[in-house]
Amino acid sequence: MNPYLQASALACERDGRLLFEHLALSLGAGDMLQVSGPNGAGKTSLLRVLAGLMAPTAGHVRCTAKPLWVGHAAGIQERLSAEENLAWLCALHATAPGKVPATAPATEGRAAYRAAIWQALAEVGLRGFEDVPCHSLSAGQKRRVALARLYLPAPRLWVLDEPFTALDIQAVAQLEAHLAAHCEQGGAVVLTTHHLLGRRPPGFAELALGGATA
Amino acid sequence: MSVLAELLKREVRLLCRRPGELLNPLVFFAIVVALFPLALGAQPQLLQAVAPGLVWVAALLAVLLSLEGLFRSDFEDGSLEQMVLSPQPLALLMLAKVLVHWLFSGLALVLLAPLLGVMLGLPLVCLPVLLASLLLGTPVLSLLGAIGAALTVGLKRGGLLLALLVLPLYIPVLILGSGALQAALQGLPSGGYLLWLASLAALALALAPLAIAAGLRISVAE
Repeated sequence: MNPYLQASALACERDGRLLFEHLALSLGAGDMLQVSGPNGAGKTSLLRVLAGLMAPTAGHVRCTAKPLWVGHAAGIQERLSAEENLAWLCALHATAPGKVPATAPATEGRAAYRAAIWQALAEVGLRGFEDVPCHSLSAGQKRRVALARLYLPAPRLWVLDEPFTALDIQAVAQLEAHLAAHCEQGGAVVLTTHHLLGRRPPGFAELALGGATA
Repeated sequence: MSVLAELLKREVRLLCRRPGELLNPLVFFAIVVALFPLALGAQPQLLQAVAPGLVWVAALLAVLLSLEGLFRSDFEDGSLEQMVLSPQPLALLMLAKVLVHWLFSGLALVLLAPLLGVMLGLPLVCLPVLLASLLLGTPVLSLLGAIGAALTVGLKRGGLLLALLVLPLYIPVLILGSGALQAALQGLPSGGYLLWLASLAALALALAPLAIAAGLRISVAE
């Protein structure tokens, strides 16, 4: 089966410092890759290269489809509510929540769309916060809004930069389980985090950056 | 296309939730124009003679002022990264975004201009030309300015650099726009100037979105 993402001979240089080189990796169905390393080792740079936001200094990245990317700044507009943010992100990435038959009237489609977004927000524990502007949510709640995208139809490959930041213990455990379940259902995840993952799917691997190329 | 409808909804909501961003350039435009009669004294002939250039320079600066924050909040909260990664063509998304911005800020400026023109003593027959020239010229100003805004969005204090980058590009629009008004003031036909402005507008509509998208990709990759 074709891997979702294949990278070969990757190298990245920032401000004259070589972060990594000769890096090759391949991610297919069921794989989870945790990128680890000390601060400044180039974890975020690697993820940005893999997501297609940044060109590598050398090497190639080949993706079968654009991945779902959640970065440090997760794309949540403060002046919009949680629901408006998610509706926009879904439309932008051409993923339709709540699939309805094409013959259904437009109003029915919109209702299903809304229901799917509300369902995703309930999954991340934000029931009752659907129409609150995001600037009045806490940091952890904002992170939850961004992560609600993982409960909506999304590409198979997820690239997540520090997804556990600002989450409480329960939410961390829930997200770990969700990521593992995604991998078991044929998805793939690349993530950076400093904590030890409690749930690891069979396809788990770890990539340590920093030190090796110094 | 549903993504354009959603983009439209999003931009309109964002602008309506921070009306100051729209209002400030308008007030700036009105105040700058109002300063000149105070500085030059009550000389109707002089004011009328300088009115075309004055209205155009003030409009140009007001558009520039309104564009500084065009991509700023999207850049800071990561929305731009999401747009760059979207399967939708970035240039088209940006064209829609700039046009929504123009509809709210540029169009208001165009509608305010005749009032300020009358204040400077422009004869009423010149007002249609004033309106037409601004209507064709301000979208060009917005689109060109958005290229500069896209390139400077990653910089901490990009405001002055934006002005330095973009103001030279505004010169043709300024010459044609104030030229049209000058011609109308002297009773000469101004159609030629307006057609030139229209062709600049068509050119900017077609090409500027590509440059904006390229500029944003560079800024996001930094």
